[in-house]
Amino acid sequence: MKRGVTLMASVALAATMSFGAVAKTLKMAYDADPVSLDPHEQLSGGTLQLSHMVFDPLVRWDRNLKVEGRLAERWERIDDKTVRFFLHKGVKFHSGNELTALDVKWTFNRLRTSPDFKAIFAPFDAVKVVDKYTIDLVTAEPYPLTLNAATYIFPMDSKFYTGFDNNNKSKDALVKHGSSYASTHASGTGAFMVTKREQGVRVDFKRFDQYWDKKSPGNVKEIVLNPIKEAPTRVAALLSGDVDFIAPVPPTDLDRIKKDPKVDLVTISGTRIITFQLNQQRVEAFKNPKVRQAIVYAINNEGIAKKIMRGFATPAAQQSPKGYSGFNPNLKPRYDLNKAKQLMKEAGYEKGFSVTMMAPNNRYVNDAKIAQAAASMLAKINIKVDLKTMPKAQYWAEFDKRAADIMMIGWHSDTEDSANFTEFLLMCPDKETGFGQYNSGNYCNPEVDKLVIQSGKETDAAKRAAMLQKVEQMLYDDAAFVPLHWQDLAWAAKKNVKIDPIVNVMNFPYLGDLVIE
Amino acid sequence: MIAFLGKRLLQAVVVMLILSLIGFAIQDNLGDPLREMVGQSVSEQEREALKDKLGLNDPFLEQYWRFLKKAVKGDLGTSYFFKEPALDVILKKLPATLELVFGATLVIIFLSVPLGVYSAIKPNGWFSKAIMGFSTIGISIPVFLTAIMLVYVFAIELNWMPSFGRGELVHVVGYWETGFLTGDGLLHLVLPSIALASIMLPLFIRLIRSEMLEVLHAEYVRFAWAKGLAKYRVWFIHALKNTLLPIVTVGGVQIGTMVAYTILTETVFQWPGMGFMFLEAINRADIPLIQAYLIVVGLIFVITNTIVDLIYGLIDPTVNVTGGSK
Repeated sequence: MKRGVTLMASVALAATMSFGAVAKTLKMAYDADPVSLDPHEQLSGGTLQLSHMVFDPLVRWDRNLKVEGRLAERWERIDDKTVRFFLHKGVKFHSGNELTALDVKWTFNRLRTSPDFKAIFAPFDAVKVVDKYTIDLVTAEPYPLTLNAATYIFPMDSKFYTGFDNNNKSKDALVKHGSSYASTHASGTGAFMVTKREQGVRVDFKRFDQYWDKKSPGNVKEIVLNPIKEAPTRVAALLSGDVDFIAPVPPTDLDRIKKDPKVDLVTISGTRIITFQLNQQRVEAFKNPKVRQAIVYAINNEGIAKKIMRGFATPAAQQSPKGYSGFNPNLKPRYDLNKAKQLMKEAGYEKGFSVTMMAPNNRYVNDAKIAQAAASMLAKINIKVDLKTMPKAQYWAEFDKRAADIMMIGWHSDTEDSANFTEFLLMCPDKETGFGQYNSGNYCNPEVDKLVIQSGKETDAAKRAAMLQKVEQMLYDDAAFVPLHWQDLAWAAKKNVKIDPIVNVMNFPYLGDLVIE
Repeated sequence: MIAFLGKRLLQAVVVMLILSLIGFAIQDNLGDPLREMVGQSVSEQEREALKDKLGLNDPFLEQYWRFLKKAVKGDLGTSYFFKEPALDVILKKLPATLELVFGATLVIIFLSVPLGVYSAIKPNGWFSKAIMGFSTIGISIPVFLTAIMLVYVFAIELNWMPSFGRGELVHVVGYWETGFLTGDGLLHLVLPSIALASIMLPLFIRLIRSEMLEVLHAEYVRFAWAKGLAKYRVWFIHALKNTLLPIVTVGGVQIGTMVAYTILTETVFQWPGMGFMFLEAINRADIPLIQAYLIVVGLIFVITNTIVDLIYGLIDPTVNVTGGSK
């Protein structure tokens, strides 16, 4: 089957090639540019977007959240703890060096020293070079997410990063908030090389002549990336024809872009969940599951998705988005004001009470407006909300302090896996293990914890999915948190720029494969 | 004169010290810079360790003293985001801002003088009334709205002008790359310059008009009419010349204000200058860069004010710049 697909792809490719692969330049505008050329310095969307252009991973996610091979031609699970990766032969780095298993090992070891990536690679025990093109990733315990982690392994050119730079600093130094060789120079195996970079203003890329993936239909020779922070300016740049491709598209401009005959809009339901957490330590009433349920019933998250997000969000009843192993199809958003009132009555809070709420005003799409809407919805069940919104730079410090009774938090799973949500947001907070680091609600259910920890060692995909779906069910029944929605993603481009096949739910457009007609 | 300069210098140092202190005092309210620098799943211990390394956990006075010691040597700290000395970052962004201010100044000069003069000469003409009405509206529309409307009309609908950025640049010297020497660069300057000028333009039109009206009623102008001089000679040589003196001094002070207003204009047009950089720095809680910006802009204000005072003294000898007794 797979061969058939490849064969068809190459036929299709030959057909397009015969029309002549003309050199194309792509001008694009994102809301931010990567903070550094070092792929290990910061785990952020900007860095990953850059990594997919300049470095290429061992494996990557496709549109349906399935793993597809990149530098790893194929892989096999040898036992519960080991996955073996077979590398493509003859892959060249931008420097001209050849990619070998040693580069992968070098990269892996460097990743484990990165404060941002450390957590993802914590379960791993060792990396073993089998031969020049074969490598084993070994975990200490049976581990189901080895492939998920491998999407973060973007092999770096170990020879290129060895030695000392002009400042007598080691070239492989990983510096978090300073200048280093790796943050200003890059040699990866990716489709594009960075030719010029002025941080915050412009990054220029050129297609790498010796790029290994000859099957890729991509015909973009040069890319100019302009970060444009202001959403109206970004949209104006596209509509006026100054750029070819923008992301993200703000919800306020979706209609306008849809109507414009010169541009295409592509939207996908996202994987970042937006929630409220109810602090049980601060508010006695929140200890009562009926009160928590009443709040979930009182908040019309479908209405929020429709009105405030302008349909640009998928209403949620759980953390896991569709496509994740823990997604539980039985769970539906619940909005029922009468039921909410009745639950309040049953809990003995018919008269209601007063609480404080905090939300950021520049972190998630329409965050402050969502909080305002939720506050007014809670007023209907006599919960009086004192709301305070603030910029994210200040918000996180307050969040760490658990400074309000209800706090907003959005979460995207770094591992594209359901367990990650619960580990950070809802497991019993524990400073030692780091579990529940963002659990400002102080929700704690040992049974949930047990299941999530178990799922971390279960390599049987079906069994594991059942566990995680059960977790979602338990959290739902408990009203452990208030689910709002998953933020949708949107991109827009000129009609001749075919972005639809290359964008994905992780929001790393695979620009190497982009076709411009 | 030298005594005056010395005194101004001392004043400047005091102003700068106060500014730096204010910049420092607000840093705790700017938020946690670490959140912008690390991924979401980085543990609290890990962040604390980084904070220690950055010296953010030291007592306030210790941090301030460390800052001052370095500042004296011209080191205003290293930007967290750009990973370069904060002063270098600002100096790199400065040419873009100055060019924008210069462009706006040109717009103001070439529009406010003829419009102001016209509405003074024909105070009751319909065009004068239109100008005055327009300038009233102009004063009350915020810059960013003007800017967005300009982009909408001229970039999106008419497609005459580029919507963002500086366009093609030519390297001049050091960090200075200019857009004034290429067609593309000049095109990119038009809309932002107009937007930035829109704040000051109504003010200057009104100022020129009222000064001119006053001058036109002065004794010597009437005398010039009586002598039978040509009207253009009376208007532009006799009257306008005397009108412009006070305008120039006001203008000097307003340039400093314009530098501050660039924050909004640059944000809308993604103009890579220091106003835009400052807003970004606040969003990222890039404390060293915010402090350096306050100091540099403070310095620009202090310098322009000093120069204006000096020029004032030169133009009008009755102003006592030395402050000594006569």
